[in-house]
Amino acid sequence: MQNLDTLLEQALSDLSRTTDPVELEQAKARYLGKGGAITELLKGLGKLDPDARREAGAAINRAKDAVESRLAERREAIQAAILERQLAEEALDVTLPGRGQETGGIHPVTRTLERVQAIFHSIGFSSVSGPEIETDFFNFTALNIPEDHPARAMHDTFYVDAEHLLRTHTSPIQIHYMMENAPPVKIIAPGRVYRVDSDATHSPMFHQLEILWVDEEVNFTHLKGVAADFLQRFFEKEDLKVRFRPSFFPFTEPSAEIDMGCVFCDGDGCRVCSHTGWLEVGGCGMVHPNVFAHVGYDAEKYLGFAFGMGLDRLAMLKYGVNDLRLFFSNDLRFLNQFN
Amino acid sequence: MKLSENWLRTFADPGISRDELARQLTMCGIEVEAIEPVAPSFDRVVVAKVLSVTKHPDADRLNVCRVDAGLPEPLQIVCGAPNVFEGAIVPCALEGAMLPSANIRAAKVRGVMSYGMLCSGKELGIESEIDGLLILPQDAPVGADFRKYSDLEDHVFDLKLTPNRADCLSILGVAREISAMTGTPVVRPQISPVEADCSDTLEIVVESPDSCPLYLGRVVKGVDLSMPTPQWMQRRLVRCGIRPRNIVVDVTNYVMLELGQPMHAYDLAKIGGKIVVRFAKEDEGILLLNGEEMALSRKQLLIADQNGPVALAGIMGGEGSSVTDATCDIFLEAAFFDPATMAKARVPNLSTDASYRFERGVDFGMTGSAMDYATRLILSLCGGCAGPVGEFRAALPARDPIALRLARAKRILGIDLSPDTVSFLLKKLGFEFSFKEDVFSVIPPSCRFDLKIEEDLVEEIARIYGYDNMAGVRPASTMSMLAARESSREVAELRKLMVARGYFEAISYAFVDAAWEADFCSNRDPILLKNPIASQMGAMRSSLIGGLVGALAFNLNRKQSRVRMFETGTCFFRRDAAYEQREMLAGLCYGPALPEQWGEAARNVDFFDVKSDVEALFSPFAPAFEPFVHPALHPGRSAGIIFEGKRVGVIGELHPKWVQKYDLPKAPVLFEIELEALLKREIPAFSEISKYPPVKRDIAIVVDEKISSQSILEVCRSMPALAKVELFDLYRGQGVEAGKKSLAFSITIQDTQKTLLDAEVDVMISQLIEALEKRFDSKLRI
Repeated sequence: MQNLDTLLEQALSDLSRTTDPVELEQAKARYLGKGGAITELLKGLGKLDPDARREAGAAINRAKDAVESRLAERREAIQAAILERQLAEEALDVTLPGRGQETGGIHPVTRTLERVQAIFHSIGFSSVSGPEIETDFFNFTALNIPEDHPARAMHDTFYVDAEHLLRTHTSPIQIHYMMENAPPVKIIAPGRVYRVDSDATHSPMFHQLEILWVDEEVNFTHLKGVAADFLQRFFEKEDLKVRFRPSFFPFTEPSAEIDMGCVFCDGDGCRVCSHTGWLEVGGCGMVHPNVFAHVGYDAEKYLGFAFGMGLDRLAMLKYGVNDLRLFFSNDLRFLNQFN
Repeated sequence: MKLSENWLRTFADPGISRDELARQLTMCGIEVEAIEPVAPSFDRVVVAKVLSVTKHPDADRLNVCRVDAGLPEPLQIVCGAPNVFEGAIVPCALEGAMLPSANIRAAKVRGVMSYGMLCSGKELGIESEIDGLLILPQDAPVGADFRKYSDLEDHVFDLKLTPNRADCLSILGVAREISAMTGTPVVRPQISPVEADCSDTLEIVVESPDSCPLYLGRVVKGVDLSMPTPQWMQRRLVRCGIRPRNIVVDVTNYVMLELGQPMHAYDLAKIGGKIVVRFAKEDEGILLLNGEEMALSRKQLLIADQNGPVALAGIMGGEGSSVTDATCDIFLEAAFFDPATMAKARVPNLSTDASYRFERGVDFGMTGSAMDYATRLILSLCGGCAGPVGEFRAALPARDPIALRLARAKRILGIDLSPDTVSFLLKKLGFEFSFKEDVFSVIPPSCRFDLKIEEDLVEEIARIYGYDNMAGVRPASTMSMLAARESSREVAELRKLMVARGYFEAISYAFVDAAWEADFCSNRDPILLKNPIASQMGAMRSSLIGGLVGALAFNLNRKQSRVRMFETGTCFFRRDAAYEQREMLAGLCYGPALPEQWGEAARNVDFFDVKSDVEALFSPFAPAFEPFVHPALHPGRSAGIIFEGKRVGVIGELHPKWVQKYDLPKAPVLFEIELEALLKREIPAFSEISKYPPVKRDIAIVVDEKISSQSILEVCRSMPALAKVELFDLYRGQGVEAGKKSLAFSITIQDTQKTLLDAEVDVMISQLIEALEKRFDSKLRI
């Protein structure tokens, strides 16, 4: 059986040399095909005597098995190599930028508003709004600012006609709300307001926010607590100092200005806080009984506090914007810093 | 209001530092906005006398002076000031002096040694208008330190007073406040009545006692107006922001600053017969002290004589009766004018120190003292003899007791207050009061026009108690949940959606150029502001489109090539005599549809890109779009947006004429929608998921160009068992007749009850094709 050994060796070596499926199939045909060498050997068994046939048959079948096993092994290896090649060819430059639309951005004042609302909603305040063209009554009279009162000079008002004006503050919203709703009241009223004024720190249109809480036992220390709590949350500074300073607003009494420690210098004094260490952030006070009288609330039974802040100012302080006018420039180079 | 610190401390000096005093005042409600030194720091400047002046040998404009600076030997000083003269008393900087402008050393000036410098006010940083040496009075002590001599170690407090605190518009008023907060007593000059030296009087007739319940007048004869106002008085006036004029006017201003009572002096010779306080008549006019001729109205309170107006009461004197260098006899006025009358009589752009005080309320308890004080100062400074005080007196503002309930104060402030604490605070404030059964009965002083009700007193208590001494408390509250309606959504959601689709949020002014209203809204009668800040900001917008087009132009000018912006805001409309105010959401897209990137061919944004943004805003609702002509938009490329049967918005390309007028290289695509329509949301309702397989068929039809795709889709949507219909192709060109278009639809049919057989589907599709043919004269494209 010298021939068989040589043949087997030849076959295994042939198979091992193949590198693609076609060569492999050709090699298979040479040995195991219809006229293949091993097939021919098997065909020749019939000419042998039974004993020799049995012996030779077993040897040939062993050789055939060996070839088939090598064939399977090789087939798998070639498939794997092909897949490998394909994967290598299909590889991407994964560092290429993604395609499609970019995202835009929310205006910094809106962003601030949404934050402020979320903070107040968390203790049960609801947001309400009101008209921007107001009547003299809602903007002034109902807020205890009678005609000819010197406090009216504090509001440089845009007039639309004899009775209508652009609201100079968001406080008229509280009048609308109280006239339509019985106490208790817990509202936050943001909106655009207008004053005849324009420079780096004044815009003829800007944003304010009014907080009003009316209930039977709401007092001045609560006002102080809520204002401080809010500022600490908004500026994310637990130890932010907040102080109240006596002031005057016709619609509150006692009234106060709210100052907070300068967030730029930590109260050491810098240009932003005019070296005082304090920043004015809003006005507040206990609702004046005359205001309750105008909306039909019993001032003996109910107490309330109100406070107002400039949303634009909060945004300026939070994001370090140094010119109020940028908020109304619609300059994309500015707006895309807040996306 | 500006006040000299040194002057203030002569009335109340609590012995605390300047900064601490300012802090305490601020925390008491009297905000100190700024503290400015009256002079910059400098030293080694003394009062000196020029002994001789000789020409410099080598310089025409220089003089060599011998100067007595109080030193053992006179100094030689070279001086370039043209106003130097022998005998002049001037400030002199000695060797080693550090001035704001220079450090002084002995040096040769054109070959002549100079041992110091004679100074101008400018060089010392104290006066900026006058050129030349600062000439001091002849009695200035030679050798004295100039800073001490001129009282330059002083600071000006700039107070920002709230309108309710008229009582603090004087040195005395602020001193009272210092006293209330520190307990330091107020030291007031003793003012005793001035006895009359002569009997001259002027008759006083007050025709309107409600407006002028107190009027004091006095004749002073033989006043020497050539007398200069003393330096100390001038300094105090200047530091408080008042320019010295002449001795009589300066005295009246000085008294006003110190006591808060505005006064006026008339030239007696120019007053005809008597003083009449009355309202102006029609057609009367007056030439004011500021040189302006003013026509008067009936609301104007006047001081008149028998010939006509001589002053606007409490505002400004008339030119005709004013005190001049030639004046010899004067008539002094100190009055109380009713604040409400004064507020009504306010003249635009004519706010004076007097009117500012009278409008807010002047202490009528101080009027008599002021008259005596001014008389005494005039007599002592410029001589003369005073006549008796003529007086008119009617009902002055009442100072009725106010009840302050201890329990109420505690409830409002949220702090524990004992009767003793409240008594202590009321005493500090200098209020008269009594206490019975937990109620204080408080009589406000005559200077306090702001104290009328209980809350006013609660505020006073709180102020003096100290806002800083009250803790901040987080309130306990009844908790009730907020309404959370699912059938509407917040604007914030829409904003997020726009941002996700590449838009930046804009905020534009609500007042716009009237031209925008005319161009973009055909609004020829916009709501106009009576007092706009600028003419191009005079009309209230009825659309957000103008603002966005303006923002586009702004950004294009700043080299942006791709602009996507949106805005939400109120728009304003006339509705008869009232105004309707509606919130809108608008968007604008300009430039490439996508940001510059690889793998996508650059293409300009078009109507349909923006339409998909609008559809996303409404989703899951599907509004209809119908051709619509809008003044801002290209008539062939604009649509009305119909939602629930109503047009709630528009979308389209900017009209070519505006593209040209507003100088835009290309047309932007815009939309504007009423916000309310977008806030609606449907609460989802479950429907059974079909167990049976869907069947998909494509059909293509050729129709006339004029047929809208939406109308075809509507017919498709009416077919039974339809699950979905999509328009997937639009074709014009070869194989399709001119004036026609081919539209291809993919139709998905699904029955919830059974599996549809092919034959059934075939029937449904041919019924659809038939319906389309009938309605649109369409041909099936094969």
